[in-house]
Amino acid sequence: MSVLVYVEQVDGKFKKSVFEAVSYAKAIADKQGSNLTAVSIGNVDESELKALGNYGASKVLNVSNDQLKNFVNQAYASIIAEAAKKESTDIIVLSNSFSGKGLAPRIAVKLKAGLVDGAVELPQLDGGKFLVKKTAFSGKAFAITELTSAIKIIALNPNAFGIKESAVDATVEAFSPEIKATDLSAIVKEIVRATNKVSLPDAEIVVSGGRGLKGPENWGMIEELAGLLGAATACSKPVSDADWRPHSEHVGQTGIAISPNLYIAIGISGAIQHLAGVSSSKVIVVINKDPEAPFFKVADYGIVGDAFEVVPKLIEALKAHKG
Amino acid sequence: MKILVCISNVPDTTTKITFTNDNTQFNTAGVQFIVNPYDEIALSRAIELCEGGKGTVTVINVGESQTDPTIRKALAIGADDAVRINAAPRDAYFTAYQIAEYAKTTEFDMILCGRESIDYNGSQVAAMIGEFLDIPSISIIKKLDYDGTTATLEREIEGGKEVISVTGKFIASCSEGTAEPKIPNMRGIMSARTKPLVVIEAKDIEQVAKVQQFETPPPRGTVKLVPAEETAKLIDLLHQEAKVI
Repeated sequence: MSVLVYVEQVDGKFKKSVFEAVSYAKAIADKQGSNLTAVSIGNVDESELKALGNYGASKVLNVSNDQLKNFVNQAYASIIAEAAKKESTDIIVLSNSFSGKGLAPRIAVKLKAGLVDGAVELPQLDGGKFLVKKTAFSGKAFAITELTSAIKIIALNPNAFGIKESAVDATVEAFSPEIKATDLSAIVKEIVRATNKVSLPDAEIVVSGGRGLKGPENWGMIEELAGLLGAATACSKPVSDADWRPHSEHVGQTGIAISPNLYIAIGISGAIQHLAGVSSSKVIVVINKDPEAPFFKVADYGIVGDAFEVVPKLIEALKAHKG
Repeated sequence: MKILVCISNVPDTTTKITFTNDNTQFNTAGVQFIVNPYDEIALSRAIELCEGGKGTVTVINVGESQTDPTIRKALAIGADDAVRINAAPRDAYFTAYQIAEYAKTTEFDMILCGRESIDYNGSQVAAMIGEFLDIPSISIIKKLDYDGTTATLEREIEGGKEVISVTGKFIASCSEGTAEPKIPNMRGIMSARTKPLVVIEAKDIEQVAKVQQFETPPPRGTVKLVPAEETAKLIDLLHQEAKVI
């Protein structure tokens, strides 16, 4: 019996969502009375790997191989499945990130494991059943899902559990399972990553704009506000459909679902499809000139007013607040 | 060229979600079902790639006979024929297994599906099919080009994109950007009625996941309104009361 957590690296570093997944996996291991092993793939420094102990990993399997520098889900899935066999793992945890979504289902098939993706809470282990709560119907509901397989996989939603520190001394162990050539047949040609921007799915604060902003030329103030808050920018569906903003910023039922600590919606009326993708945000602020906008019904704080007057004032107040 | 497109039958995006039988079942009363919007994107890209006689598109659905109208809608959009695997899709593992087993019996160059279904939001089926068939799977793409042997795909990653090249058979799950969803025209709707829809039986496989119960999110409290002329107060509230900045 053991818990295995996959720690996704980006350019040799771990992000916050990884520490969150490790913290979550540690909580499961504690419940189960077992140990937590992390598996890292790619080139990551020993000190970075040892730091996973701060969140509860007692062992880190380090798969360092130039062939695996870039994420290829087929090869990574094979390695994680091998690590699970080696560690007699019965529960595997990973982040429900873009890569996680391409990885977890392949591991599930290899190990005949049930998979819950989009988990929002620790599993309930009562009564001999293994139950995990996950988001469903694009944030309009939750589904309590029972996993009945011997090995279980949980993909944790970002910002759902938080980071919990532990003081465990992690030992780093080299691990080099064999990799089939066919597992490397998809070739990564190019990676383009905006380094100066906060990534939307991981963001703790999100500033989002809608049709009320009238045109893409008015996004300067949204970006300025987001910059001051260390926030990611997002938009509603009509905005991405009109190509004012890229599709990757569209949050809502057919875009991406997010659960930041703070979601600020500016000039978005709050159609049911939009609300679905953002309703699990912890605090929602709505700025809209229409007092009847449905978004106010689900907001925690609101300002009825013209975005072009309110947002600049907000930026000013925020600058004053930060001193 | 032959493209298989997996489609899922889901409640319309405007549906108010409620449950019955002690919150164990989704309440379908009065609900309009549609082709999963992401699957529609996949289907639209498949049709574009096959335009001008370059190939054919087969849609596959795992479902019981009540999903036939949704399959006909996919045929109206422009798929050439359809296969329905006759079973209630009980979990992603089951669904992926059925589609993979069907794919083993037919020729194909690629399989496309949507990034996730908008009901259970599992983005599992594509990568599971890839693993069952031991072919590359690329999840959550926003661009797909194909030259007849090699595909170039753009995959979404946190804060950017990754460009991937695959030669040979593969499966990809599509998100927005891959194609503009096509709207069926009158000719499509008329011809959809007579396009082949083959029904095959499902194979048995062990169940690994099961939804036990649904919950709806707790209602939020009433909104605290800050007058527009006192905008600065909002910053204080977010800092001192909500403690989020």
